[in-house]
Amino acid sequence: MLAIDSLVKRFGGLLATDHLSLQVARGEIHAIIGPNGAGKTTLIHQLCGEVAPDEGRIVFDGHDITREPAYRRALSGLGRSYQITSVFPEFTALENVVIAVQAHAGHSFRFWRSAVREPALVEPARAVLAQVALSDRANTPVGALAHGERRQLEIAMALAGRPKMLLLDEPMAGMSHQESASVVALLAGLKSKYTILLVEHDMDAVFALADRITVLVYGRAIATGTPDEIRASREVRDAYLGDVEELS
Amino acid sequence: MVSMTLRNIVAAAILIALAAVPIIAAALEQPFYVTLFSRILIFGLAALGLNLILGFGGLVSFGHAMYIGIGAYAVGILSYHGITNGWTHLAAALAVGAVAALLVGAVSLRTRGMAFIMITLAFAQMFFFLAVSLKQYGGDDGLAIATRSDFGVFKLDNPTRLYYIIYGVLIATLYGAWRMVHSRFGMVLRGCKSNERRMIALGVPTLRYKLTAYVMSAIICVIAGVLLANLTRFCSPSYMQWQLSGELIVMAVLGGMGTLLGPVVGAAALLVIEELLSSFDLPLPWGVGAFIHDHWMALLGLFIVGVVLTLKQGLYGYIAARPRRTV
Repeated sequence: MLAIDSLVKRFGGLLATDHLSLQVARGEIHAIIGPNGAGKTTLIHQLCGEVAPDEGRIVFDGHDITREPAYRRALSGLGRSYQITSVFPEFTALENVVIAVQAHAGHSFRFWRSAVREPALVEPARAVLAQVALSDRANTPVGALAHGERRQLEIAMALAGRPKMLLLDEPMAGMSHQESASVVALLAGLKSKYTILLVEHDMDAVFALADRITVLVYGRAIATGTPDEIRASREVRDAYLGDVEELS
Repeated sequence: MVSMTLRNIVAAAILIALAAVPIIAAALEQPFYVTLFSRILIFGLAALGLNLILGFGGLVSFGHAMYIGIGAYAVGILSYHGITNGWTHLAAALAVGAVAALLVGAVSLRTRGMAFIMITLAFAQMFFFLAVSLKQYGGDDGLAIATRSDFGVFKLDNPTRLYYIIYGVLIATLYGAWRMVHSRFGMVLRGCKSNERRMIALGVPTLRYKLTAYVMSAIICVIAGVLLANLTRFCSPSYMQWQLSGELIVMAVLGGMGTLLGPVVGAAALLVIEELLSSFDLPLPWGVGAFIHDHWMALLGLFIVGVVLTLKQGLYGYIAARPRRTV
Protein backbone atom coordinates (compact mmCIF):
# COMPACT_ATOMS: atom_id res chain seq x y z
CA MET A 1 0.00 0.00 0.00
CA LEU A 2 2.72 2.40 1.04
CA ALA A 3 6.38 2.06 0.17
CA ILE A 4 9.00 4.45 1.43
CA ASP A 5 12.34 4.20 -0.27
CA SER A 6 15.49 5.63 1.37
CA LEU A 7 13.83 8.85 2.45
CA VAL A 8 16.11 11.63 3.71
CA LYS A 9 15.17 14.87 5.43
CA ARG A 10 17.74 17.26 6.86
CA PHE A 11 17.02 20.23 9.09
CA GLY A 12 20.30 22.09 8.89
CA GLY A 13 22.88 19.61 10.13
CA LEU A 14 20.29 17.38 11.75
CA LEU A 15 19.25 14.23 9.93
CA ALA A 16 15.59 13.95 10.91
CA THR A 17 15.00 11.11 8.47
CA ASP A 18 18.06 9.03 7.63
CA HIS A 19 17.70 6.86 4.51
CA LEU A 20 14.52 5.37 5.84
CA SER A 21 12.84 2.56 3.93
CA LEU A 22 9.55 1.09 5.00
CA GLN A 23 6.76 -1.00 3.53
CA VAL A 24 3.21 -0.95 4.82
CA ALA A 25 1.06 -3.82 3.52
CA ARG A 26 -2.60 -3.40 2.66
CA GLY A 27 -4.88 -3.92 5.66
CA GLU A 28 -2.19 -3.97 8.34
CA ILE A 29 -1.67 -1.70 11.29
CA HIS A 30 1.93 -0.71 11.14
CA ALA A 31 3.15 1.06 14.26
CA ILE A 32 6.13 3.36 14.46
CA ILE A 33 7.71 3.74 17.85
CA GLY A 34 10.84 5.44 19.00
CA PRO A 35 12.14 7.90 21.55
CA ASN A 36 11.32 11.61 21.38
CA GLY A 37 13.13 13.29 18.51
CA ALA A 38 13.39 10.07 16.51
CA GLY A 39 11.67 11.80 13.56
CA LYS A 40 8.27 10.14 13.79
CA THR A 41 6.19 13.25 13.25
CA THR A 42 8.61 14.49 10.58
CA LEU A 43 8.00 11.22 8.76
CA ILE A 44 4.23 11.70 8.92
CA HIS A 45 4.63 15.27 7.65
CA GLN A 46 6.60 14.01 4.65
CA LEU A 47 4.05 11.31 3.92
CA CYS A 48 1.13 13.72 3.90
CA GLY A 49 3.01 16.45 2.07
CA GLU A 50 3.48 19.17 4.66
CA VAL A 51 7.27 18.76 4.57
CA ALA A 52 9.19 18.00 1.38
CA PRO A 53 11.82 15.25 1.68
CA ASP A 54 15.35 15.96 0.43
CA GLU A 55 15.89 12.53 -1.09
CA GLY A 56 14.04 9.29 -1.61
CA ARG A 57 10.67 8.25 -2.88
CA ILE A 58 7.20 7.71 -1.44
CA VAL A 59 4.91 5.38 -3.37
CA PHE A 60 1.29 5.20 -2.28
CA ASP A 61 -1.16 2.77 -3.83
CA GLY A 62 1.07 2.31 -6.87
CA HIS A 63 1.66 6.03 -7.51
CA ASP A 64 4.77 8.03 -6.78
CA ILE A 65 3.48 10.85 -4.55
CA THR A 66 6.86 12.26 -3.49
CA ARG A 67 6.21 15.61 -5.22
CA GLU A 68 2.42 15.73 -4.99
CA PRO A 69 0.89 18.65 -3.10
CA ALA A 70 -0.70 17.84 0.25
CA TYR A 71 -4.32 18.30 -0.83
CA ARG A 72 -3.93 15.88 -3.73
CA ARG A 73 -2.48 13.20 -1.46
CA ALA A 74 -5.47 13.61 0.83
CA LEU A 75 -7.83 13.29 -2.14
CA SER A 76 -6.06 10.16 -3.35
CA GLY A 77 -6.92 8.46 -0.06
CA LEU A 78 -4.30 9.34 2.51
CA GLY A 79 -6.11 10.56 5.64
CA ARG A 80 -4.27 11.87 8.67
CA SER A 81 -4.77 12.95 12.24
CA TYR A 82 -2.52 15.34 14.10
CA GLN A 83 -0.49 14.84 17.24
CA ILE A 84 -1.55 18.26 18.46
CA THR A 85 -5.29 18.43 17.93
CA SER A 86 -5.96 20.37 14.75
CA VAL A 87 -9.64 21.02 14.22
CA PHE A 88 -11.83 24.05 13.45
CA PRO A 89 -12.51 25.46 16.92
CA GLU A 90 -15.18 27.97 15.80
CA PHE A 91 -17.39 25.20 14.41
CA THR A 92 -19.45 22.48 16.04
CA ALA A 93 -18.29 18.87 16.08
CA LEU A 94 -20.75 18.01 13.31
CA GLU A 95 -19.65 20.96 11.17
CA ASN A 96 -16.04 19.88 11.53
CA VAL A 97 -16.88 16.49 10.09
CA VAL A 98 -19.14 18.04 7.45
CA ILE A 99 -16.16 20.05 6.20
CA ALA A 100 -14.10 16.86 6.11
CA VAL A 101 -16.80 15.04 4.13
CA GLN A 102 -17.20 18.03 1.82
CA ALA A 103 -13.48 18.06 1.05
CA HIS A 104 -13.94 14.68 -0.64
CA ALA A 105 -17.31 15.41 -2.25
CA GLY A 106 -16.16 17.26 -5.35
CA HIS A 107 -15.38 20.95 -5.66
CA SER A 108 -16.78 23.49 -3.22
CA PHE A 109 -17.72 26.21 -5.71
CA ARG A 110 -21.29 26.06 -4.51
CA PHE A 111 -22.45 29.38 -3.21
CA TRP A 112 -26.13 29.12 -2.49
CA ARG A 113 -27.29 26.05 -0.62
CA SER A 114 -26.58 25.75 3.10
CA ALA A 115 -23.93 23.06 3.56
CA VAL A 116 -25.17 21.90 6.95
CA ARG A 117 -28.59 21.24 5.41
CA GLU A 118 -27.30 19.00 2.64
CA PRO A 119 -28.14 15.40 3.52
CA ALA A 120 -25.32 14.24 1.23
CA LEU A 121 -22.85 15.89 3.62
CA VAL A 122 -24.60 15.65 6.96
CA GLU A 123 -25.61 11.98 6.86
CA PRO A 124 -22.09 10.62 6.29
CA ALA A 125 -20.82 13.09 8.89
CA ARG A 126 -23.29 11.81 11.47
CA ALA A 127 -22.34 8.23 10.67
CA VAL A 128 -18.67 8.97 11.29
CA LEU A 129 -19.46 10.78 14.55
CA ALA A 130 -21.42 7.72 15.67
CA GLN A 131 -18.43 5.54 14.78
CA VAL A 132 -16.22 7.48 17.22
CA ALA A 133 -19.01 7.71 19.81
CA LEU A 134 -19.48 11.47 19.58
CA SER A 135 -23.09 11.52 18.36
CA ASP A 136 -24.46 13.25 21.43
CA ARG A 137 -21.85 16.01 21.10
CA ALA A 138 -22.66 16.74 17.44
CA ASN A 139 -23.94 20.27 18.04
CA THR A 140 -21.39 21.25 20.65
CA PRO A 141 -18.85 23.86 19.59
CA VAL A 142 -15.44 22.23 19.44
CA GLY A 143 -14.09 24.78 21.90
CA ALA A 144 -16.36 23.25 24.53
CA LEU A 145 -15.30 19.63 23.94
CA ALA A 146 -13.07 17.81 26.42
CA HIS A 147 -9.54 16.95 25.31
CA GLY A 148 -10.36 13.28 24.79
CA GLU A 149 -13.42 14.16 22.74
CA ARG A 150 -11.39 16.44 20.52
CA ARG A 151 -8.92 13.62 19.94
CA GLN A 152 -11.83 11.41 18.85
CA LEU A 153 -13.07 14.18 16.56
CA GLU A 154 -9.59 14.35 15.08
CA ILE A 155 -9.89 10.67 14.10
CA ALA A 156 -13.45 11.21 12.85
CA MET A 157 -12.22 13.91 10.48
CA ALA A 158 -9.57 11.59 9.11
CA LEU A 159 -12.20 8.87 8.59
CA ALA A 160 -14.73 11.19 6.97
CA GLY A 161 -12.91 11.21 3.64
CA ARG A 162 -13.14 7.38 3.40
CA PRO A 163 -9.37 7.12 3.07
CA LYS A 164 -7.54 4.05 1.83
CA MET A 165 -4.92 4.61 4.47
CA LEU A 166 -4.80 6.43 7.79
CA LEU A 167 -1.76 8.19 9.19
CA LEU A 168 -2.42 8.53 12.91
CA ASP A 169 0.03 10.69 14.80
CA GLU A 170 -0.23 9.79 18.49
CA PRO A 171 -4.02 9.45 18.60
CA MET A 172 -3.88 8.73 22.35
CA ALA A 173 -1.68 11.71 23.23
CA GLY A 174 -2.72 13.20 26.57
CA MET A 175 -5.62 10.82 27.07
CA SER A 176 -6.68 9.19 30.30
CA HIS A 177 -6.46 5.39 30.59
CA GLN A 178 -10.15 5.05 30.05
CA GLU A 179 -10.12 7.29 26.97
CA SER A 180 -7.14 5.44 25.48
CA ALA A 181 -8.93 2.16 26.00
CA SER A 182 -11.90 3.42 23.99
CA VAL A 183 -9.61 4.62 21.18
CA VAL A 184 -7.83 1.24 21.16
CA ALA A 185 -11.25 -0.39 20.80
CA LEU A 186 -12.11 2.03 18.00
CA LEU A 187 -8.87 1.35 16.12
CA ALA A 188 -9.26 -2.41 16.62
CA GLY A 189 -12.66 -2.02 14.93
CA LEU A 190 -11.05 -0.20 11.99
CA LYS A 191 -8.45 -2.92 11.58
CA SER A 192 -8.67 -4.76 8.25
CA LYS A 193 -10.97 -2.05 6.85
CA TYR A 194 -8.15 0.45 6.66
CA THR A 195 -4.43 0.33 6.32
CA ILE A 196 -3.07 2.27 9.28
CA LEU A 197 0.29 3.79 10.01
CA LEU A 198 0.24 4.45 13.73
CA VAL A 199 2.72 6.60 15.59
CA GLU A 200 2.19 6.12 19.30
CA HIS A 201 3.95 6.33 22.62
CA ASP A 202 1.49 4.18 24.52
CA MET A 203 3.25 0.78 24.35
CA ASP A 204 0.26 -1.17 25.62
CA ALA A 205 -1.80 0.21 22.77
CA VAL A 206 0.91 -0.41 20.20
CA PHE A 207 1.49 -4.03 21.22
CA ALA A 208 -2.25 -4.66 21.38
CA LEU A 209 -3.01 -3.24 17.94
CA ALA A 210 -0.03 -3.49 15.65
CA ASP A 211 0.61 -6.24 13.12
CA ARG A 212 4.10 -4.98 12.58
CA ILE A 213 6.25 -2.44 14.35
CA THR A 214 9.14 -0.33 13.12
CA VAL A 215 11.48 1.17 15.67
CA LEU A 216 12.85 4.56 14.71
CA VAL A 217 15.94 6.00 16.38
CA TYR A 218 17.61 9.19 15.10
CA GLY A 219 15.65 8.97 11.88
CA ARG A 220 16.79 5.42 11.11
CA ALA A 221 14.73 2.26 11.25
CA ILE A 222 16.71 0.00 13.58
CA ALA A 223 14.22 -2.85 13.47
CA THR A 224 10.99 -3.93 11.85
CA GLY A 225 8.99 -6.96 12.88
CA THR A 226 5.99 -8.44 14.62
CA PRO A 227 5.29 -7.29 18.18
CA ASP A 228 6.86 -10.50 19.52
CA GLU A 229 10.00 -10.05 17.45
CA ILE A 230 10.34 -6.43 18.56
CA ARG A 231 9.83 -7.36 22.20
CA ALA A 232 12.50 -10.02 21.91
CA SER A 233 15.01 -7.89 20.04
CA ARG A 234 18.03 -7.02 22.11
CA GLU A 235 18.95 -4.04 19.95
CA VAL A 236 15.53 -2.49 20.39
CA ARG A 237 15.62 -3.03 24.12
CA ASP A 238 18.99 -1.34 24.37
CA ALA A 239 17.98 1.57 22.21
CA TYR A 240 14.53 2.25 23.39
CA LEU A 241 12.28 -0.13 25.26
CA GLY A 242 14.62 -0.38 28.22
CA ASP A 243 14.47 3.38 28.69
CA VAL A 244 10.71 3.39 28.77
CA GLU A 245 10.62 0.74 31.44
CA GLU A 246 13.10 2.61 33.56
CA LEU A 247 11.05 5.77 33.22
CA SER A 248 7.75 4.15 34.02
CA MET B 1 -37.72 29.76 9.10
CA VAL B 2 -36.00 32.75 10.66
CA SER B 3 -36.35 32.68 14.41
CA MET B 4 -37.11 35.72 16.55
CA THR B 5 -33.78 36.06 18.24
CA LEU B 6 -32.53 39.36 19.56
CA ARG B 7 -30.03 39.39 16.73
CA ASN B 8 -32.65 39.04 14.01
CA ILE B 9 -34.87 41.68 15.59
CA VAL B 10 -31.99 44.15 15.76
CA ALA B 11 -31.00 43.33 12.17
CA ALA B 12 -34.55 43.86 10.95
CA ALA B 13 -34.83 47.12 12.91
CA ILE B 14 -31.62 48.44 11.36
CA LEU B 15 -32.73 47.57 7.83
CA ILE B 16 -36.20 49.08 8.34
CA ALA B 17 -34.71 52.24 9.84
CA LEU B 18 -32.40 52.58 6.83
CA ALA B 19 -35.37 52.12 4.50
CA ALA B 20 -37.18 54.95 6.30
CA VAL B 21 -34.33 57.48 6.02
CA PRO B 22 -35.69 59.44 3.01
CA ILE B 23 -39.14 59.63 4.64
CA ILE B 24 -37.70 60.93 7.90
CA ALA B 25 -35.43 63.35 6.04
CA ALA B 26 -38.42 64.71 4.13
CA ALA B 27 -40.42 65.08 7.35
CA LEU B 28 -37.55 66.97 8.98
CA GLU B 29 -36.98 68.96 5.78
CA GLN B 30 -33.33 67.93 5.84
CA PRO B 31 -32.60 66.57 2.34
CA PHE B 32 -28.93 66.48 3.25
CA TYR B 33 -29.59 63.37 5.33
CA VAL B 34 -30.48 61.42 2.21
CA THR B 35 -27.05 62.20 0.75
CA LEU B 36 -25.30 61.40 4.03
CA PHE B 37 -27.06 58.06 4.32
CA SER B 38 -26.45 57.28 0.65
CA ARG B 39 -22.76 57.65 1.45
CA ILE B 40 -23.20 55.47 4.53
CA LEU B 41 -24.87 52.70 2.54
CA ILE B 42 -22.20 52.86 -0.17
CA PHE B 43 -19.37 52.59 2.34
CA GLY B 44 -21.35 49.97 4.24
CA LEU B 45 -21.56 47.99 0.99
CA ALA B 46 -17.81 48.35 0.41
CA ALA B 47 -17.01 47.39 4.02
CA LEU B 48 -19.34 44.38 3.69
CA GLY B 49 -17.41 43.37 0.57
CA LEU B 50 -14.07 43.73 2.33
CA ASN B 51 -15.41 41.83 5.32
CA LEU B 52 -16.11 38.73 3.21
CA ILE B 53 -12.36 38.11 3.16
CA LEU B 54 -11.47 40.03 6.33
CA GLY B 55 -14.03 38.65 8.76
CA PHE B 56 -14.84 35.33 7.11
CA GLY B 57 -11.55 34.52 5.40
CA GLY B 58 -9.10 36.06 7.87
CA LEU B 59 -7.37 37.99 5.06
CA VAL B 60 -6.52 41.57 6.00
CA SER B 61 -6.53 43.44 2.71
CA PHE B 62 -5.21 46.97 3.10
CA GLY B 63 -5.95 47.90 -0.47
CA HIS B 64 -9.65 47.59 -1.11
CA ALA B 65 -10.07 51.31 -1.79
CA MET B 66 -8.47 50.59 -5.16
CA TYR B 67 -11.60 48.69 -6.21
CA ILE B 68 -13.84 51.57 -5.18
CA GLY B 69 -11.58 53.74 -7.35
CA ILE B 70 -11.82 51.35 -10.31
CA GLY B 71 -15.62 51.46 -10.11
CA ALA B 72 -15.68 55.25 -9.85
CA TYR B 73 -13.18 55.79 -12.68
CA ALA B 74 -15.09 53.44 -14.98
CA VAL B 75 -18.06 55.79 -14.65
CA GLY B 76 -15.92 58.94 -14.83
CA ILE B 77 -13.81 58.01 -17.85
CA LEU B 78 -16.68 56.60 -19.92
CA SER B 79 -18.84 59.64 -19.14
CA TYR B 80 -15.98 61.91 -20.13
CA HIS B 81 -16.04 60.26 -23.55
CA GLY B 82 -19.78 60.75 -23.79
CA ILE B 83 -20.81 57.18 -22.99
CA THR B 84 -23.58 57.56 -20.45
CA ASN B 85 -25.18 54.11 -20.59
CA GLY B 86 -25.15 52.78 -17.04
CA TRP B 87 -25.00 49.12 -18.03
CA THR B 88 -21.89 49.87 -20.08
CA HIS B 89 -20.41 51.64 -17.05
CA LEU B 90 -21.21 48.70 -14.82
CA ALA B 91 -19.94 46.10 -17.29
CA ALA B 92 -16.66 47.99 -17.81
CA ALA B 93 -16.20 48.48 -14.06
CA LEU B 94 -16.85 44.81 -13.31
CA ALA B 95 -14.60 43.58 -16.12
CA VAL B 96 -11.66 45.80 -15.17
CA GLY B 97 -12.24 45.19 -11.45
CA ALA B 98 -12.43 41.41 -11.86
CA VAL B 99 -9.27 41.23 -13.96
CA ALA B 100 -7.38 43.50 -11.55
CA ALA B 101 -8.59 41.49 -8.54
CA LEU B 102 -7.67 38.21 -10.21
CA LEU B 103 -4.12 39.40 -10.89
CA VAL B 104 -3.59 41.19 -7.58
CA GLY B 105 -5.16 38.32 -5.65
CA ALA B 106 -3.18 35.64 -7.46
CA VAL B 107 0.05 37.36 -6.42
CA SER B 108 -0.95 38.60 -2.95
CA LEU B 109 -2.58 35.39 -1.73
CA ARG B 110 0.72 33.57 -2.00
CA THR B 111 1.79 35.56 1.04
CA ARG B 112 0.13 35.70 4.44
CA GLY B 113 -0.04 37.85 7.54
CA MET B 114 1.90 41.09 7.48
CA ALA B 115 3.23 40.42 3.97
CA PHE B 116 -0.32 40.16 2.64
CA ILE B 117 -1.26 43.48 4.26
CA MET B 118 1.77 45.18 2.73
CA ILE B 119 1.45 43.70 -0.75
CA THR B 120 -2.24 44.66 -1.03
CA LEU B 121 -1.33 48.16 0.12
CA ALA B 122 1.43 48.31 -2.49
CA PHE B 123 -0.90 47.34 -5.32
CA ALA B 124 -3.48 49.90 -4.19
CA GLN B 125 -0.80 52.61 -4.12
CA MET B 126 0.18 51.66 -7.68
CA PHE B 127 -3.39 52.23 -8.82
CA PHE B 128 -3.56 55.44 -6.81
CA PHE B 129 -0.54 56.88 -8.59
CA LEU B 130 -1.84 55.58 -11.90
CA ALA B 131 -5.00 57.64 -11.31
CA VAL B 132 -2.94 60.68 -10.32
CA SER B 133 -0.99 60.35 -13.56
CA LEU B 134 -4.13 60.39 -15.73
CA LYS B 135 -3.75 64.08 -16.61
CA GLN B 136 -6.41 63.85 -19.32
CA TYR B 137 -8.91 62.79 -16.65
CA GLY B 138 -8.07 65.47 -14.13
CA GLY B 139 -4.98 63.91 -12.56
CA ASP B 140 -4.73 64.96 -8.94
CA ASP B 141 -7.85 67.10 -9.05
CA GLY B 142 -10.16 64.37 -10.17
CA LEU B 143 -12.88 64.45 -12.76
CA ALA B 144 -16.38 65.88 -12.54
CA ILE B 145 -19.07 63.67 -14.05
CA ALA B 146 -21.60 65.64 -16.10
CA THR B 147 -24.56 63.26 -15.90
CA ARG B 148 -25.30 60.21 -13.82
CA SER B 149 -25.17 56.72 -15.36
CA ASP B 150 -28.25 56.01 -17.45
CA PHE B 151 -29.72 52.68 -16.39
CA GLY B 152 -32.91 53.06 -18.48
CA VAL B 153 -35.82 52.33 -16.20
CA PHE B 154 -33.71 52.75 -13.05
CA LYS B 155 -33.35 56.53 -13.20
CA LEU B 156 -30.73 57.86 -10.83
CA ASP B 157 -31.83 61.45 -11.32
CA ASN B 158 -33.35 62.22 -7.96
CA PRO B 159 -31.60 61.65 -4.62
CA THR B 160 -34.39 59.57 -3.08
CA ARG B 161 -34.54 57.19 -6.01
CA LEU B 162 -30.77 56.88 -6.01
CA TYR B 163 -30.92 56.16 -2.27
CA TYR B 164 -33.38 53.31 -2.76
CA ILE B 165 -31.36 51.82 -5.57
CA ILE B 166 -28.28 51.82 -3.33
CA TYR B 167 -30.42 50.33 -0.55
CA GLY B 168 -31.67 47.60 -2.91
CA VAL B 169 -28.14 46.73 -3.99
CA LEU B 170 -27.07 46.52 -0.35
CA ILE B 171 -29.97 44.26 0.64
CA ALA B 172 -29.38 41.97 -2.34
CA THR B 173 -25.67 41.79 -1.51
CA LEU B 174 -26.38 41.07 2.15
CA TYR B 175 -28.71 38.23 1.18
CA GLY B 176 -26.27 36.80 -1.35
CA ALA B 177 -23.43 37.02 1.17
CA TRP B 178 -25.59 35.32 3.81
CA ARG B 179 -26.26 32.40 1.46
CA MET B 180 -22.60 32.27 0.51
CA VAL B 181 -21.31 32.23 4.08
CA HIS B 182 -23.39 29.14 4.89
CA SER B 183 -22.79 27.34 1.59
CA ARG B 184 -20.07 24.81 0.86
CA PHE B 185 -17.95 27.68 -0.40
CA GLY B 186 -18.48 29.58 2.83
CA MET B 187 -17.55 26.53 4.88
CA VAL B 188 -14.24 26.30 3.03
CA LEU B 189 -13.61 30.04 3.38
CA ARG B 190 -14.34 30.08 7.13
CA GLY B 191 -12.40 26.86 7.53
CA CYS B 192 -9.36 28.51 5.92
CA LYS B 193 -9.59 31.33 8.43
CA SER B 194 -9.92 28.88 11.30
CA ASN B 195 -7.22 26.37 10.32
CA GLU B 196 -5.95 26.45 6.76
CA ARG B 197 -3.35 23.76 7.33
CA ARG B 198 -6.05 21.30 8.35
CA MET B 199 -8.14 22.34 5.37
CA ILE B 200 -5.29 21.37 3.03
CA ALA B 201 -4.69 18.12 4.92
CA LEU B 202 -8.37 17.29 4.40
CA GLY B 203 -7.84 17.57 0.65
CA VAL B 204 -8.91 21.12 -0.17
CA PRO B 205 -6.76 23.18 -2.59
CA THR B 206 -7.35 26.37 -0.60
CA LEU B 207 -5.75 28.96 -2.89
CA ARG B 208 -8.42 28.80 -5.58
CA TYR B 209 -11.17 29.30 -3.01
CA LYS B 210 -9.42 32.20 -1.34
CA LEU B 211 -8.82 33.78 -4.74
CA THR B 212 -12.49 33.44 -5.66
CA ALA B 213 -13.49 35.03 -2.37
CA TYR B 214 -10.99 37.82 -2.95
CA VAL B 215 -12.43 38.57 -6.40
CA MET B 216 -16.01 38.49 -5.06
CA SER B 217 -15.03 40.85 -2.29
CA ALA B 218 -13.35 43.20 -4.79
CA ILE B 219 -16.37 43.11 -7.12
CA ILE B 220 -18.64 44.35 -4.32
CA CYS B 221 -16.26 47.27 -3.75
CA VAL B 222 -16.26 47.98 -7.50
CA ILE B 223 -20.06 48.22 -7.42
CA ALA B 224 -19.78 50.53 -4.41
CA GLY B 225 -17.39 52.67 -6.48
CA VAL B 226 -19.86 52.90 -9.39
CA LEU B 227 -22.56 54.02 -6.94
CA LEU B 228 -20.22 56.49 -5.23
CA ALA B 229 -19.32 58.16 -8.53
CA ASN B 230 -23.02 58.52 -9.27
CA LEU B 231 -23.75 59.96 -5.84
CA THR B 232 -20.96 62.54 -5.86
CA ARG B 233 -20.85 62.97 -9.67
CA PHE B 234 -17.14 63.06 -9.24
CA CYS B 235 -14.21 60.68 -9.22
CA SER B 236 -10.74 61.36 -7.98
CA PRO B 237 -7.60 59.56 -6.84
CA SER B 238 -8.71 60.25 -3.25
CA TYR B 239 -11.18 57.38 -3.64
CA MET B 240 -8.20 55.05 -3.88
CA GLN B 241 -5.99 56.46 -1.18
CA TRP B 242 -4.78 54.18 1.54
CA GLN B 243 -6.63 56.09 4.27
CA LEU B 244 -9.88 54.89 2.73
CA SER B 245 -8.65 51.27 2.70
CA GLY B 246 -7.91 51.76 6.38
CA GLU B 247 -11.33 53.26 7.05
CA LEU B 248 -13.01 50.23 5.47
CA ILE B 249 -11.11 48.01 7.92
CA VAL B 250 -12.10 50.29 10.81
CA MET B 251 -15.76 50.09 9.74
CA ALA B 252 -15.67 46.31 9.71
CA VAL B 253 -13.90 46.10 13.07
CA LEU B 254 -16.10 48.76 14.66
CA GLY B 255 -19.35 47.08 13.61
CA GLY B 256 -18.20 43.49 14.05
CA MET B 257 -16.10 41.41 11.66
CA GLY B 258 -17.78 38.14 12.52
CA THR B 259 -21.15 39.32 11.18
CA LEU B 260 -22.53 40.34 7.80
CA LEU B 261 -24.40 43.43 8.98
CA GLY B 262 -21.59 44.58 11.29
CA PRO B 263 -19.61 46.48 8.63
CA VAL B 264 -22.76 48.37 7.60
CA VAL B 265 -23.37 49.34 11.22
CA GLY B 266 -19.69 50.27 11.51
CA ALA B 267 -19.91 52.48 8.42
CA ALA B 268 -23.00 54.21 9.81
CA ALA B 269 -21.40 54.76 13.22
CA LEU B 270 -18.15 56.08 11.77
CA LEU B 271 -19.69 58.45 9.22
CA VAL B 272 -22.45 59.76 11.52
CA ILE B 273 -20.01 60.49 14.32
CA GLU B 274 -17.60 62.05 11.85
CA GLU B 275 -20.43 64.25 10.57
CA LEU B 276 -21.65 65.22 14.05
CA LEU B 277 -18.21 66.03 15.43
CA SER B 278 -16.80 67.85 12.42
CA SER B 279 -19.82 70.15 12.18
CA PHE B 280 -20.05 70.56 15.95
CA ASP B 281 -21.11 74.07 16.93
CA LEU B 282 -23.03 73.83 20.20
CA PRO B 283 -22.11 76.81 22.43
CA LEU B 284 -20.54 74.76 25.22
CA PRO B 285 -18.72 76.75 27.93
CA TRP B 286 -14.93 77.14 28.29
CA GLY B 287 -14.38 76.73 24.57
CA VAL B 288 -15.23 73.01 24.67
CA GLY B 289 -17.40 73.42 21.59
CA ALA B 290 -14.57 74.91 19.55
CA PHE B 291 -12.18 72.29 20.90
CA ILE B 292 -14.43 69.47 19.75
CA HIS B 293 -14.89 71.13 16.39
CA ASP B 294 -11.17 71.49 15.85
CA HIS B 295 -10.08 68.14 17.25
CA TRP B 296 -12.96 65.88 16.25
CA MET B 297 -10.63 63.26 14.81
CA ALA B 298 -9.03 62.73 18.20
CA LEU B 299 -12.45 62.18 19.76
CA LEU B 300 -13.38 59.78 16.98
CA GLY B 301 -10.18 57.90 17.69
CA LEU B 302 -11.07 57.65 21.38
CA PHE B 303 -14.50 56.33 20.47
CA ILE B 304 -13.02 53.62 18.23
CA VAL B 305 -10.50 52.61 20.87
CA GLY B 306 -13.29 52.49 23.45
CA VAL B 307 -15.50 50.26 21.33
CA VAL B 308 -12.70 47.92 20.35
CA LEU B 309 -11.54 47.53 23.97
CA THR B 310 -14.94 47.11 25.61
CA LEU B 311 -17.00 45.39 22.92
CA LYS B 312 -14.42 43.10 21.38
CA GLN B 313 -16.82 41.84 18.74
CA GLY B 314 -17.86 45.32 17.66
CA LEU B 315 -21.10 47.26 18.01
CA TYR B 316 -23.34 44.87 16.10
CA GLY B 317 -21.19 41.82 16.77
CA TYR B 318 -21.75 42.36 20.49
CA ILE B 319 -25.52 42.06 20.08
CA ALA B 320 -25.23 39.19 17.64
CA ALA B 321 -23.02 37.22 20.02
CA ARG B 322 -25.50 37.45 22.92
CA PRO B 323 -26.93 34.08 23.96
CA ARG B 324 -29.54 32.99 21.47
CA ARG B 325 -32.61 33.58 23.55
CA THR B 326 -35.91 33.71 21.76
CA VAL B 327 -38.00 36.70 22.75
